[in-house]
Amino acid sequence: MIPSEFEYHKATSIQDAIAKLAENDEAKIIAGGHSLLPMMKLRFAEPPCLIDINGIEELRGISVEGDMLVIGAMNTENEVLNSPLVQEKCSLLTEAIKLVADPQVRNRGTIGGDVAHGDPGNDHPAIMLALDAELVLEGPDGKRTTPANGFFLGTYWTGMEEGELLTQIRVPVREQGVGYGYAKLKRKTGDYAVAGSPVYVKMNGDTVSDIRIGLTNVGPCAFRAEAAENLLRGNVITDDLLKEAGALIIDACDPAEDLRGSPEYKSHMAAEMAKRAIRQAIEDARN
Amino acid sequence: MSEATTKQEREAALEGMGCSKKRKEDARFIQGTGRYTDDIKLPGMLYADMVRSPYAHARIKSINKDEALALPGVIAVLTAEDLKPLSLHWMPTLAGDVQAVLADEKVHFQYQEVAVVIAEDRYIAADAVDLVQVEYEELPPLVDAHKAMDPDAPILREDLVGKMEGAHSVRKHDNHIFNWQAGDKDATDRVFDHADVVVSQDMYYHRVHPCPLETCGSVASFDKVNGHLTVYLTSQAPHVVRTVVSMLSGIPESKVRIVSPDIGGGFGNKVGIYPGYVCAIVASIVLGVPVKWVEDRMENLSTTAFARDYHMTGEIAADSNGIIKALRVNVLADHGAFDACADPSKFPAGLMHICTGSYDVPVAHVNVDGVYTNKAPGGVAYRCSFRVTEAVYVIERTMDVLAQKLNIDKAEIRRRNFVKAEQFPYDTCLGWQLDSGDYHTALDKVLDAVDYPALRKEQEEKRAKGELMGIGLVTFTEIVGAGPSRNCDILGVGMFDSAEIRVHPTGSVMARMGTITQGQGHQTTYAQIIASELGITSDEISIEEGDTDTAPYGLGTYGSRSTPVGGAATAVAARKIQAKARKIAAHLLEVSEDDLDWEVDRFKVKGVPGQEKTMKEIAWAAYNNVPEGMEPGLEAVDYYDPPNFTYPYGVYLCVVDIDKHTGETHVRRFYALDDCGTRINPMIIDGQIHGGLNEGFAVAMGQELPFDKQGNLLGNTLMDYFVPTFVETPHWETDYTVTPSPHHPIGAKGVAESPHVGSIPCFTSAVVDAFSHLGITHMDMPHNAYRVWQQIQELELTE
Amino acid sequence: MAKQHISFNLNGKQVDTLVEPRELLVHTLRENLNLTGTHIGCESSHCGVCTVDMNGQSVKSCTVLAVQADKTEVKTVEGLADADGLHEVQKAFVEEHGLQCGFCTTGMMMRAYRFLQENPNPTEEEIRWGMSGNLCRCTGYQNIIKAVQTAAKNLQNANKSVETA
Repeated sequence: MIPSEFEYHKATSIQDAIAKLAENDEAKIIAGGHSLLPMMKLRFAEPPCLIDINGIEELRGISVEGDMLVIGAMNTENEVLNSPLVQEKCSLLTEAIKLVADPQVRNRGTIGGDVAHGDPGNDHPAIMLALDAELVLEGPDGKRTTPANGFFLGTYWTGMEEGELLTQIRVPVREQGVGYGYAKLKRKTGDYAVAGSPVYVKMNGDTVSDIRIGLTNVGPCAFRAEAAENLLRGNVITDDLLKEAGALIIDACDPAEDLRGSPEYKSHMAAEMAKRAIRQAIEDARN
Repeated sequence: MSEATTKQEREAALEGMGCSKKRKEDARFIQGTGRYTDDIKLPGMLYADMVRSPYAHARIKSINKDEALALPGVIAVLTAEDLKPLSLHWMPTLAGDVQAVLADEKVHFQYQEVAVVIAEDRYIAADAVDLVQVEYEELPPLVDAHKAMDPDAPILREDLVGKMEGAHSVRKHDNHIFNWQAGDKDATDRVFDHADVVVSQDMYYHRVHPCPLETCGSVASFDKVNGHLTVYLTSQAPHVVRTVVSMLSGIPESKVRIVSPDIGGGFGNKVGIYPGYVCAIVASIVLGVPVKWVEDRMENLSTTAFARDYHMTGEIAADSNGIIKALRVNVLADHGAFDACADPSKFPAGLMHICTGSYDVPVAHVNVDGVYTNKAPGGVAYRCSFRVTEAVYVIERTMDVLAQKLNIDKAEIRRRNFVKAEQFPYDTCLGWQLDSGDYHTALDKVLDAVDYPALRKEQEEKRAKGELMGIGLVTFTEIVGAGPSRNCDILGVGMFDSAEIRVHPTGSVMARMGTITQGQGHQTTYAQIIASELGITSDEISIEEGDTDTAPYGLGTYGSRSTPVGGAATAVAARKIQAKARKIAAHLLEVSEDDLDWEVDRFKVKGVPGQEKTMKEIAWAAYNNVPEGMEPGLEAVDYYDPPNFTYPYGVYLCVVDIDKHTGETHVRRFYALDDCGTRINPMIIDGQIHGGLNEGFAVAMGQELPFDKQGNLLGNTLMDYFVPTFVETPHWETDYTVTPSPHHPIGAKGVAESPHVGSIPCFTSAVVDAFSHLGITHMDMPHNAYRVWQQIQELELTE
Repeated sequence: MAKQHISFNLNGKQVDTLVEPRELLVHTLRENLNLTGTHIGCESSHCGVCTVDMNGQSVKSCTVLAVQADKTEVKTVEGLADADGLHEVQKAFVEEHGLQCGFCTTGMMMRAYRFLQENPNPTEEEIRWGMSGNLCRCTGYQNIIKAVQTAAKNLQNANKSVETA
């Protein structure tokens, strides 16, 4: 398990990284490397050139700008996990990251890398959808901000243009009445989810005034269970309604068969995880 | 201070048998100075890497090495064609078959070794592997063992076509390896024909892999000038490897040195001889420089030594009270492409005929057919003694089925059928003699400890609420310590083991054994045995194993044989020394030997306080003042051929809660009582049991080597292959009784494998028990969430 | 591919070496710098036997490029003991029989060393989660948990005696 040869460049700034990406054909960005390097060791990926963005200070830092929590793309999972600011402003990230990989991997793996890689098994894409996050991308043509909703297009396929770099993740800070839930089923620590579901709810008394249900690893990419959201929005959640929502989620899933289970199992688990996360979120909103 | 206290103090100071002495080997491991095979770096060393087949069954049309050889740093690329002139393209297996070292015209399983690249470093070698071009013609793969003997099944082993006399029996089909039977078929069938009750259960014991954290590897170094070959390798049986290497290479055994350095876990994975070892050796002989081969994790899981893969049917004939009248076991064994099982030569199905378990079974019959499939060879004893795991699984599962059929509690049905304490030594109907046991006491102790009636009551309440709670129970008997040379040999070498003990003039000791530790703590426990036998503190006793140039010949460490065989050799060798020491003491004290009493660390003249010689004093005298006619020195060797196996046993109980929405099983409680006879080091025993339970948990709950219809192995990384982490692993509770083995010099039976063997059916028993009120009698492993959920769906337990 | 020069602090000493860009840190440590206490188990970042401390964090050195270690501080098991003797973590692993074959032990101790700085007084549950990136096949983890608890206790006592001194 040894990667093929490649050239290696350290980028010193966002501009430098963008320039190096432009200069080197088929170059790949290496962030934490815990998705890319294993693929390179298996020689499933053989990029001729890696551009390392670990040294770029402007990609780090976590702050609040207005009603947005701004997270530099190169924060490691553990930096986000251990941030009191994240805990206060958007605890969904804190709770979800606890279930990401293992402590060492979280020390290297970055939130930006997880989002940008486009792997349906990664946890953050569905979280971004549930949070209605915005992604800041910078490339040769400058900087743009795009909603996470619509960014994930397929397996290893995102709305990132050639030569672009994900630089920031912006998530709305928690408002009054908002609750979060997260449930993830996996075979063991360090495995991808059989199914995972981050949920955002906004409550008006006992009524769900808004809801977003993200789903992980039950389709070619992360997506939202929109039919279920539409069913639940504006209603008081009952067991029967949740059951109905679960059926809609099962219909919406299109997972691939692997050792984690059949498409049928994974779809059912997606519904189960979503239902658990919805209950948690409603409970969370009350507190 | 009374003399009694002094004696006790002296005894405690020895840190001998029975005390939880901290391990002597730990010092190097905690400092990172352990020396494992991949840590060895010799001057000028080259690296080997394997070109492997992407197909399970294919004909090799051509191999083009040119591009690989053109890569700077590549020294050689060897194929079967290159090994042919040396007659090393095939090698014998331990099971009487042959195995391709490098694929000879055909590949028989995915990831089979096709060519070996030798290069200056491992990075270049890996690059060169990609540059070797192999053209294949795919052949239809044979994946399902049940179809192996179909008339139209693809023939795998063209080298064996027409050779219908196999190593163990006549072969019924070109894909058939052997038929092996034990017991009295006709008598068994007659009982079944007229029994009150008959139960029959099919079960598949899936293919798994021992997966030690250190993979297999070797460093071969041939000195062309003096003709000596030194090989460092990850072997649980270095002396046997030396013999095999000598036979294969023609180099005299005296010029072959095999060193098993520190081994990062074996669990059966490191018993066999693998193509990578042979390639490294051949390359070193050809090139005259050291060559290292170390497999990566995917290669490890894909090619070196799977375990199990037994399709079994267990049948019990009983009376209406649940008393067993007969047992019938039928097995279809999937051996993969070459029969490379590591079993004593006479037993192609290992010790499968221990399957009467802990029960008084009047008559039984076992039938095993081994077949070839397009899968990797192996069939090793994964933390067990030669198929005893399969044997325990089939009897314990079938006992549960019988209990369920008769609506008798599973503890009660076992109690009714146990071999009774007064029946030992007990001759089983399949030819074993169980040495000692008190099964009833062990069972009662466990049921009391967990308050079994309360658990059953809780389960009843949970069931009423629609919740799934299961209680598993297993009362197993193992067979370890292979073995008596009258029925156990490997390649014709009897399965004795050995110890050589030297007492130095100052009274410290160097001892060497034919076994080899892989984490079991031999350097500590052997020293404890010697300490107790010779009255020398265990700290002053150094133990060395694994270097065939210095250690006496032994068959190695697997099948829990170190304590039963190596430990016995150690005790007997120490007793030989003590006998000589007695003579020296008598000489020094000017009394007759009969006038001496041994007490802890010295000989005392009976009835004369103060007249005594300590072992230290005797050791000194052994080198300068021995009785006339006695040769000086104080050392002894023992080659111990055990009169019988030992039969450790245990009672395990497991409580699980199952999430009916996800299928996840939570092990709430696991209580393990083991009786391994005399206990040498309780701390180490507990550690061995924890580890064995955890490996059992892994096998039962998640480990598997699954294949698709094309014979592609699915899941050969630690992403997929289940090695539980701290988070998944349950808490273990341990307990014990002590029933010494009557034939073992110190009464010890061996312990490290019992927890693996015993826990696996216990997990199944618990999971199935959660559904038993719904009529389920068995569920195949692994009991991962997905599979359990499928059972839940079938029963329509969720809305 | 041209080799690149890297320079980093390894167990308190500055080291300079040349590496290929694709060289994995674990290979540099083991093959180039001859520190073989760090092991290789799965090569896919699941087993943790290659765990070392890098800039005050536990990392799996099979999934870090050596070039990424440039200008960092790396500590391996060989740097765990100091002039005063063994580290409390090392002593506790012996005391509680937290190791058997020794192969996972070095990575396990390096993780425990860092974990106990992150969480000096962990519960059993916290130990299980905090150590979950390291696999062991021999011990069933139970005695490792005890070792981490013992090390925690002894480290805290040592800190207290430093404070009161």
